[in-house]
Amino acid sequence: MSSSTLAAPLRQSGSFFALCLDTMIQLFRSIIHRRFQWREAIEQGWFLASVTILPTALVSIPFGAVIALQIGNLSRQVGAQSFTGSAAVLAIIREAAPIVCALLISGAGGSAICADLGSRKIRDEIDAMEVLGISPIERLVVPRVFASMFVALLLNGLVSVVGVIGGYTFNVLLQHGTPGAYIASFTALAQLPDLWVGEFKALIFGALAALVAAYKGLNPKGGPKGVGDAVNQSVIIAFMLLFLVNFIVTTVYFQVIPQKAI
Amino acid sequence: MGVEVKVEGLTKSFGKQVIWDDVSLVLPKGEISVLLGPSGTGKSVFLKHLVGLLRPDRGHIYIEGKDVPNVSERELYEIRKMFGVLFQDGALFGSMTIYDNVAFPLREHTKKNESDIKRIVMEKLELTGLLGAEEKLPGEISGGMRKRAGLARALVLDPEILLFDEPDSGLDPVRTAYLNQLIVDLNAQIEATMLIVTHDVNTARTVPDNIGLLYRRHLAMFGPREMLLSSQEPVVRQFLNARRQGPIGMAEEKDAAELAAEKEEGEEIPPLPPIPPQISPSSGEPRRAQREPGQWLKENNITPPPGSFTGEEGYGAAAAPTAPPATTESAGQRQRSASSDGGGSVKVLQNEKKSPAKSTSSKKTTTKKTAARKTPANKSPATKNSAKKTSS
Repeated sequence: MSSSTLAAPLRQSGSFFALCLDTMIQLFRSIIHRRFQWREAIEQGWFLASVTILPTALVSIPFGAVIALQIGNLSRQVGAQSFTGSAAVLAIIREAAPIVCALLISGAGGSAICADLGSRKIRDEIDAMEVLGISPIERLVVPRVFASMFVALLLNGLVSVVGVIGGYTFNVLLQHGTPGAYIASFTALAQLPDLWVGEFKALIFGALAALVAAYKGLNPKGGPKGVGDAVNQSVIIAFMLLFLVNFIVTTVYFQVIPQKAI
Repeated sequence: MGVEVKVEGLTKSFGKQVIWDDVSLVLPKGEISVLLGPSGTGKSVFLKHLVGLLRPDRGHIYIEGKDVPNVSERELYEIRKMFGVLFQDGALFGSMTIYDNVAFPLREHTKKNESDIKRIVMEKLELTGLLGAEEKLPGEISGGMRKRAGLARALVLDPEILLFDEPDSGLDPVRTAYLNQLIVDLNAQIEATMLIVTHDVNTARTVPDNIGLLYRRHLAMFGPREMLLSSQEPVVRQFLNARRQGPIGMAEEKDAAELAAEKEEGEEIPPLPPIPPQISPSSGEPRRAQREPGQWLKENNITPPPGSFTGEEGYGAAAAPTAPPATTESAGQRQRSASSDGGGSVKVLQNEKKSPAKSTSSKKTTTKKTAARKTPANKSPATKNSAKKTSS
């Protein structure tokens, strides 16, 4: 039947959206009613940070370096070496940082969240919790989403700093760029709203990655194999969703905030 | 305490697969009911409907005037506070110790201080025989202990309705007997309405006040224990006596051809075994819904199978013969000699399996031969005799 083949993905996205709404409402409600699970949130945040900080730093050094090398080559050819720093900062802060952040949060953090919730679900823990009159969304999902958002925000800062330092090092050491010019041109193209939008993206990516992981983790198909499949799917779906959202936010950003001209 | 649960016309299907259709029953206030059914008939699914974890396609579940499938989420959480549920594997929170698991509902729902919580938790742990294991993680204890810890957690909020999802699966017979006694004792103590989902026939025969049987996507029968145990309905009879002969087949129900073939082979359904006495609380007090044994049968003019309501309580006829002690002893003797007879272990198995069904006939033979059997020379004819009887 064509209606059922259409209905299945619609129902999936519908219930995912319902989970997102539920989580957001419960997040505000639990903070207002002082029921927010700080302990769980801090534990989860610590866990997320511990699995993401090192890979993020290690990924962002070559990321910054590659951008610096590419731009350095190009700008030398057109005789605009003094703008190398400016372009590298722009690329890293606006795009690279949120993307690296998204990849690691959903790859390292989201998969862990999904596996954790999925195994709880198949052991009936989630059902038991509901029967004990405790909402698993408030108790488990909300703290995880909060932790993921917070850690993503911090990671974005980390990537920005490490990426810029990486770019600087490679530009100065390998391409013999002028250290002063690199730093002086930082603000030639980049502006403060660039950093804000980067942080805003990171916040959204953190929330989305955790929500997708939670949704997939709470609805595994069948036994242990279902959990494995759910983790796999959650990472893929989160990646696709994050890149889509990145595109949308960037487009809106360019429409709303006037850009600097040289 | 104790609340009546009224289920009306409940229907559920997953996709095109109908799980069960039009299930209506009433779990009487403060009584123990058992829901039986072959594997895969949606017994656990039924439990999940009662607590609102799944929504039916149609039908109502009334608890204190509220219809569980149609209440708001907030009300649902309120209703759930009346429930204690023991899940199949205990469903303990893997990251918490046993103590924290049991204390969890108290910490979440009450404003009790830690010393009160400790007192209650220790009381429940003692009740379920788990003292000394409170600092262990669920992964470090056996399945039976996990189950008991799950029960302790379900009890901690003094529930009005207790649901057990296969409390006896994966437990040895001794622990099952203890658990069954615990369930009966709890029922006497806290007066909760209880529903046990199981396919253990012995539990079903001796623990409950009411029995229900799910079969072929509907509720085949629900009623007082004596009604089902004396029922001539083929499905009920087959299931409650754990026979091959009857409408239930290995995969699904048997088809007409198979049934006809069975009839032609002369595999008649043996007579009903005696109804075992109910387990009574270990405190010696009567059960909450205690009725005179055989009362229902008398009211409905049904004569119980011979040997009913005698013998040690809590042991179904399937587990031990319910004849006078002298007979049981000789039955044991006979079995032993049968195995030494060289007739093979198959005979012994048959003998064990069918002994309840023919307890009346064996009584006759044993009384006749008690004198003769004392001499060893006469042992083997007696064996042959009984073996012949069983195979016929």
